Amino acid sequence: MRRIKTKPKPEIIEDVHHPLERYFRKERLPHIWCSGCGLGTAMACLAYALEELSLGLDDVSIVSGIGCTGRLAGYMRSDSYHTTHGRAIPFATGLRIALEMQKPDHKVIVFSGDGDLFAIGGNHFIHAARRNVDLAVFCVNNFNYGMTGGQVGPTTPLGAYGTTAPYGSFENPFNLVYLAASSGAPYVARWTTLHSRRLKQAMMEAIMKPGFTFVEIISPCPVNYGRRNKMPTGLVEMRYYQRKSVIRNFADPKEAEIKPEGEIIVGTFVDEDKPNYFDIYRHFVEQMIGEG
Amino acid sequence: MILAGEHFLNGDVACAEGAIAAGCRFFAGYPITPQSEIAERMAYRLPRIGAHFLQMEDELASMAAVLGAVWGGVKAMTATSGPGFSLMMENIGLGIMTETPCVVVNVQRGGPSTGLPTATSQGDMMQARWGTHGNHEIIAYAPSSPQEMFDLTVKAFNTAERYRLPVLIMADEIVGHMMERVLIDPDKIEVFARRKPTVPYEEYVPYKPGKDLVPEMACAGEGYRVHVTGLTHNELGYPDMTVEAQHRLINRLTQKIRKNIDQIVEFEEEGIDEAEVILVTYGINARASWRAMELAREKGIKVGMLRLITVWPFPSEPIAKLATQVKGFVVPEINLGQMVLEVERAAAGRTVVRLVPHAGGGIHRPEDVLAVIEEVVG
Repeated sequence: MRRIKTKPKPEIIEDVHHPLERYFRKERLPHIWCSGCGLGTAMACLAYALEELSLGLDDVSIVSGIGCTGRLAGYMRSDSYHTTHGRAIPFATGLRIALEMQKPDHKVIVFSGDGDLFAIGGNHFIHAARRNVDLAVFCVNNFNYGMTGGQVGPTTPLGAYGTTAPYGSFENPFNLVYLAASSGAPYVARWTTLHSRRLKQAMMEAIMKPGFTFVEIISPCPVNYGRRNKMPTGLVEMRYYQRKSVIRNFADPKEAEIKPEGEIIVGTFVDEDKPNYFDIYRHFVEQMIGEG
Repeated sequence: MILAGEHFLNGDVACAEGAIAAGCRFFAGYPITPQSEIAERMAYRLPRIGAHFLQMEDELASMAAVLGAVWGGVKAMTATSGPGFSLMMENIGLGIMTETPCVVVNVQRGGPSTGLPTATSQGDMMQARWGTHGNHEIIAYAPSSPQEMFDLTVKAFNTAERYRLPVLIMADEIVGHMMERVLIDPDKIEVFARRKPTVPYEEYVPYKPGKDLVPEMACAGEGYRVHVTGLTHNELGYPDMTVEAQHRLINRLTQKIRKNIDQIVEFEEEGIDEAEVILVTYGINARASWRAMELAREKGIKVGMLRLITVWPFPSEPIAKLATQVKGFVVPEINLGQMVLEVERAAAGRTVVRLVPHAGGGIHRPEDVLAVIEEVVG
């Protein structure tokens, strides 16, 4: 008879505090993510970024869509919104615009996965980048649909395996940084969860920069993606990203396509100043009021 | 800020003005006929009062943006027609589940699919009730004039805040486009403010209901650090995927409407005490039916009218009572039989229920309604 392994319950040690614990809903931990997943690292980077920016829990809202990354909002102890599949960005757009009328310094961060933001939510992404509303969008890209069991998605590299691509993916993936840059985002970066210090720095820059900012976070998903693509553990998948990633700041995003066996270019791709949605709105409204 | 006085407006514009009078400060929408005048009026008016109009990339985004804006602390609305209403269903469900007060206007046009973009219909009445997946209750108003487009939009905002859910306005192309006198008296407009928590953060339980089963609502940045999710959740707002949590939550979301049904349901009566036949009408079909009632009365038939103002929840009890005293109900609808099913359910075989169908694109000829009245009285 096969033995069923149960996950050991973590021991809670009273009176020992993690320096970041105020950022999390401790009562909801442990989280649901698999061992070897990069989401814990990504969430920790966000908490470190908020701490370093001295942003309090009432200064930020986190909005997620659906999927593994979608659960992140539920662990952060700020106002947090777990919305519908693909609609995190339009929800966040409404939220941010409403806050502009009352608390204009409030930061809205969208944290969601590659399937959520670029398949079902792809249209919202490009329009939000074009519109340039003040949102920081962090996409955890693990190259597949993890929550539903490892189906291929819009970022799966050509030929990679998934439960809906048993012979390898037949489709060309999106190059997310190129898509973001060409849609008009004034800040675009890509890091892996291995680059945690640089990832935190990129999150800080993205949060503070006015307008629509985008950070792609390449993350291991050993249970659903790695396992089917010769990277059976988180460690093996992280080693792969370590071996393949090359830091090249301000590289042409068009050249940053992720190909099977090719290198993964990481770094800041775009960091430019341009008027955001609110700047333009104020300009036109002031002009209109001036004209009476 | 409120457009006061006596005006000659079409229903769409009156609806936009009603929203502003009710405190709407955010509108997100996508162009679609025949609601366009609502969006256009909002685009003109909102920036002038420090508010925001946003044209989104589609109706999915419009509905999501409205919910986001509400959690950002303002009152918000969207308006659409036919195909756009179908696309909004997903996030109307999120609004119901997360108890997000907002207003959704559907200026109905002929369907299914692209159908009749510029002509009337009442084909979405059941979609309004059951369009989004899962078990739920909904509140929907059916205006039958530009004046009611104004009044019921104000009311819809108040009802939405009071019971914390998306409230629907089921208008139609004719009411949206017809121009009539609209009287706006700002002194008579009552606005229901959002129900905010008064306890400190440590004591606030986001989904702990009050006596009327409705919880108080803390929005972003107000210090309450609320987690909001479309997943089944407990009173803390945290996901809880158990049979018990589903039972508690879905029952409360249903009961908060059912238990308050007497406060929510509204209808207008005309001569029903003496009537042998009662016309059950709503929206634009009430206007043609009114003429049919006059024609029948000229012929000596005792006809009354019960005009639904809230179509959902449906006033089953009054209909059930009237069923025992009349020869029949006549239900004209610009569809092939939707609300008539509710009338039949409430009448429960105690009297005759006859539909006067119309496939859409126009309204009934009063003579067609009269013919059915005459059939019922024999």
